[in-house]
Amino acid sequence: MSDLLRNTIRLLIFILLQVYVLNKIPALHQFIVPIIYYLFILWLPFSISRTTLLVMGFITGIILDFFMMTPGLHAATCVLVAYLRPFVINILAPKDAAGFSYREPSPKAMGWTPYLVYTFVLTLAHHGYLVFLEWLSFGSFFHFIIKVIATTGISMLLIIITELLFPRKLKFRTNTA
Amino acid sequence: MRNIFLFIRRFSTAIFFVALQALALWFLITYNKFYRAKGLGVANEVTGWFNSRYNTAEDFFKMREENRKVHKLNDSLMNLLSVNFIRNDTASRLTTDSIPFDTLGHYRRYRWRNAQVTYGTVNAEKNYIQINKGSKDGIYDDMGVFSSDGSLVGTVINVSPNFSQVMSLLHVQNKTSVLVKKTRSSGAVSWNGKDPQFLILSNIPKSDSIVKGDTIVTGNYILSIPPGMMVGTVAEIVPDNSTNFYVLKIRTAANFADLQQVFVVENLQYPEQESLLKATQKKVDDPKRTNR
Repeated sequence: MSDLLRNTIRLLIFILLQVYVLNKIPALHQFIVPIIYYLFILWLPFSISRTTLLVMGFITGIILDFFMMTPGLHAATCVLVAYLRPFVINILAPKDAAGFSYREPSPKAMGWTPYLVYTFVLTLAHHGYLVFLEWLSFGSFFHFIIKVIATTGISMLLIIITELLFPRKLKFRTNTA
Repeated sequence: MRNIFLFIRRFSTAIFFVALQALALWFLITYNKFYRAKGLGVANEVTGWFNSRYNTAEDFFKMREENRKVHKLNDSLMNLLSVNFIRNDTASRLTTDSIPFDTLGHYRRYRWRNAQVTYGTVNAEKNYIQINKGSKDGIYDDMGVFSSDGSLVGTVINVSPNFSQVMSLLHVQNKTSVLVKKTRSSGAVSWNGKDPQFLILSNIPKSDSIVKGDTIVTGNYILSIPPGMMVGTVAEIVPDNSTNFYVLKIRTAANFADLQQVFVVENLQYPEQESLLKATQKKVDDPKRTNR
């Protein structure tokens, strides 16, 4: 399966999962909103160029926005995540080798600890910015802080569960790719 | 000039990032102002398609609950039908303390209750339906049972505290008096035990002009069933040259195979009418030759 096809299917699944499952389940609490769709951006291949990454982020966000009738909100957030992603990966990349030997970020490619750091930082950035944009229209500062923490917690839980339930079969990165 | 290009090239990603951010934020800000951002209309087509798919799937799980709600609403509307009331001669009536009628002198004659079917068959010769209301809910023998669209299903023949047994129209011993709605001639509908979709109506004289599709409704002279409720439509006119009556095959209006929600109809004057009937028979008829 080509990267394009694989990622298109993945995008579709993530968006539908977010819109029709996670947004439909009865609210646990006003602060706890399960969000996982941006994992799509986190799973894009290492080799993708930064500009493409930004465009992918924008597209992912705007599609979700169209479903949730909040144009721009998730798009802005996803663009931020896509922008920050290469920096985080560079920090976590092993210094001795030329980089990661797998094509996509995953616990297997990076090791559990670096991968969790990677997801945690980007999750925090995503939720921080998302809740910040919401906070501009309503809510208090306390509300903002608590919501970022709670949402990040539930998202990390979802990501860990996803990684444990669906271990991706990853190919080694090749020169031809 | 060259330095500017170099700067743009060096920070192209950052500039692109800022541009996309600006675009997204512009969407976000203008959305509230202009109510709908451009392109959302087109996107609505796509998201709407997904939403309708999802709804179809969701309906599958919520249908039962929805059904129950609609049926409850129907129940309250059925109670308002004018056929449930009779108008008494207001000039001469006894004055009573309680007010069982409204100010226009309409007495409530029929009360509709809703019930769920717990068990039912269509493939036996004597088909019964069990419903989840019993004597605790005020159900007693001979009450009429209607499907959720208001067509006749049968009559209650036995009650326990929490459940009632209904003799469905698909019962070889069942005989219900009905009317041809168009000609107002009455007959009796029964079942021959063969096809659960069709009933047999006899006693309609050949002088009536009956065509396929004529509506058959409940008759006027059943104590427990409101008159004029749907029973079925004429599906086939069986030629019978030996008699002067039609034999009509009636397609039932109620779908007996998947009854879920039913109405149980109570005639509030049933006890009085019944006792009057019995008393009359006792008074007039010799016990040896009762008609009933």
